[in-house]
Amino acid sequence: MESMSAILTISDLSVTFDDVQALRSVSLSLPEGESLAVIGPNGAGKSVFLRALLKMVPYRGSIAWGAGARLGYVPQKIDADRHLPINFRNLFEAKAAVQNLSRKDIEEIKTTVGLDERILETPVGHLSGGQFQRALIAFALLGKPNVLILDEPTASIDKSGEEQVYELIHRLQDRFGMTVILVSHDLSFVYRYATRVLCINREEISYGTPEEALTPEALEKLYGPHKYFHHFVHSHEDNFKGGEGRRHDHAPDNDHPHAD
Amino acid sequence: MPTNELYGIILPVFGAAAAGLVGAFALMKKTILAGDVMSHIAIPGLGLAIIWRINPLIGGGLTLFVGIILIWMLQRRTELSAEAAIGVLFASSVALGALLINSTEDLVDALFGGFGSISIGEFAFGIAVSIFVVAALWILRNKLIIALFSPELAQSAGINVDAVNLWFLLLFGLAILVSLRFLGALLVGSLIIIPASAARQLTHTLGKFLVASVALSMLSVIIGFVIAHVYGLEPGATVVVTAAGFFVLSLLKKKV
Repeated sequence: MESMSAILTISDLSVTFDDVQALRSVSLSLPEGESLAVIGPNGAGKSVFLRALLKMVPYRGSIAWGAGARLGYVPQKIDADRHLPINFRNLFEAKAAVQNLSRKDIEEIKTTVGLDERILETPVGHLSGGQFQRALIAFALLGKPNVLILDEPTASIDKSGEEQVYELIHRLQDRFGMTVILVSHDLSFVYRYATRVLCINREEISYGTPEEALTPEALEKLYGPHKYFHHFVHSHEDNFKGGEGRRHDHAPDNDHPHAD
Repeated sequence: MPTNELYGIILPVFGAAAAGLVGAFALMKKTILAGDVMSHIAIPGLGLAIIWRINPLIGGGLTLFVGIILIWMLQRRTELSAEAAIGVLFASSVALGALLINSTEDLVDALFGGFGSISIGEFAFGIAVSIFVVAALWILRNKLIIALFSPELAQSAGINVDAVNLWFLLLFGLAILVSLRFLGALLVGSLIIIPASAARQLTHTLGKFLVASVALSMLSVIIGFVIAHVYGLEPGATVVVTAAGFFVLSLLKKKV
C-alpha cells in the first residue's frame, strides 16, 4: 500500500506462546501521522499485537518501523501498589536520566498534558484512574516519540475521564502530527478519531480505512451476528463519508457498544 | 581498643549501609523476604569452607553467586516470581549445609555469626564491597525505579529489565555476604528487611525512604554493638533486636 511514507510495515506477523497461536497472518502498511485503531473481542490478540510491535514478545514474520520512528507506549493497566513511595515526578526524572533528557523536557510535557504539581507529587497508588492515565501518557511522551502506542488507555477510568483521555490523544496527534496506534473496545472512539482500523480475532480479519475495514461481515467475524453492531454501523455510516470534519461533528452515543 | 576489634565494628556499619539500601529497593520490588531466604543459600558454602579450611566469605560467596544465577535463570525461563524461585533453592540449601557442617559449634556460627577475628584483608574487602553495593545501586536507581513500577514500561523505555534484575540480585547477594560473618545466615536477612520496613512506616517520599532505611540500618548496628558491649550480649542478635525496636517505634510515628 502506502509504502513510500509508511511509518510501519508488517508482513505475515504471527505470535505463538507454548504452542498456542495468539496471533497469525497480520500484514499492513501504516502511513505516517495516521491514527490506527486495533479492535477485536477479548482474547483476540490485540495486546499481543502491540507487544510484538514493541519487540516485547518473540514473533515470526517481519515488523519494520520507518526511519526515525520513536515509540512511546502506554500499557493497558498498571496495578500500582498503594504503598509504593514513588510518584510520577520520580518516574519522569528516572526516565529523563535514563534517556539523557533535560528538566525542561519534563516541564514541557507537564504543560502539554496538563499535569499539575499535585498529581506529580502524589504517590502513584493514590492517583485517580484518570490522573494516573494522563500521567502515564505524559511518561510515554517524554523523549518526544513520533509514534504513540496505547493499549486500552481508558480501561480503568470513568466516562468523563475517558473523554478527557481521548481528547488529549487527539490533541497530541493534531499538535505534533504523531502516529497513534490504539487498542480500544470503544467503537465510538474508532468512529470519531481513527483513520485506519485493524480488526483482529487471533488473525487479521480486515484492515483499511474505517469504511473499508468496518464492514458488517468483519464485525460479525469479530463479535458474532449481533444486530446491535449492525445498527451502530448503519447509524454512523455518514461518519465514514465526512472526511476530516467527522471527527468532532458526531458525538458518540452514550450507549455505544463495548466489545466485551 | 585492638585494631581487630575496631575492624569488627567499622565493617558491620558499612555493611549495614549496603543492607539498608538493598532492603529499601527490595521492599519496593516486593522481594524483601528474599533477603531472609537468600542468605540461607550461603550455608552450604560455609560448610564447604569449614571442610576445605578456606575463608568462609569465599565459600559463602561462591554458593550465593551460583544461587543467584540459578534464581535469575529460573525467573526468566519459567516466569516464576522471584520469591518462588528462591524458595526452590532454600530448603535444599539448608539441608545441604546441615549435611556438610558436622560440628554443632560451626553450625551455630554459620547460622548466628562468628567465625573468629577479622584480618586486614577481609576488612578492606568488606569495605570495598559495601561501597560498591551502595554506588552501584545509586547508579542503577533510575532503571530500578521504572522497572519495579512496571517492567513493561521499563522495556518500552529501552531498559534491559533482565539485566537490571540480575544486577539487583548480585548486589543483594553482596550485601548479604558482607554482613554474613557477623550476623550469620539466619539473622543477616533481618538487617535487610527490618530497617527498610521501619523506614517505610516513617516516610512516604522516595528520597526520604532511601535515606531513612540506610540510617536505621546503620543505627541498628551501632546501637546494637554498644548495648552488646555494655551488657556482654551476643552482638548479632542484639543488632537485630535493636532494629526490631526501631520497627516497633516506627509504628507509633507519623509519616514525614
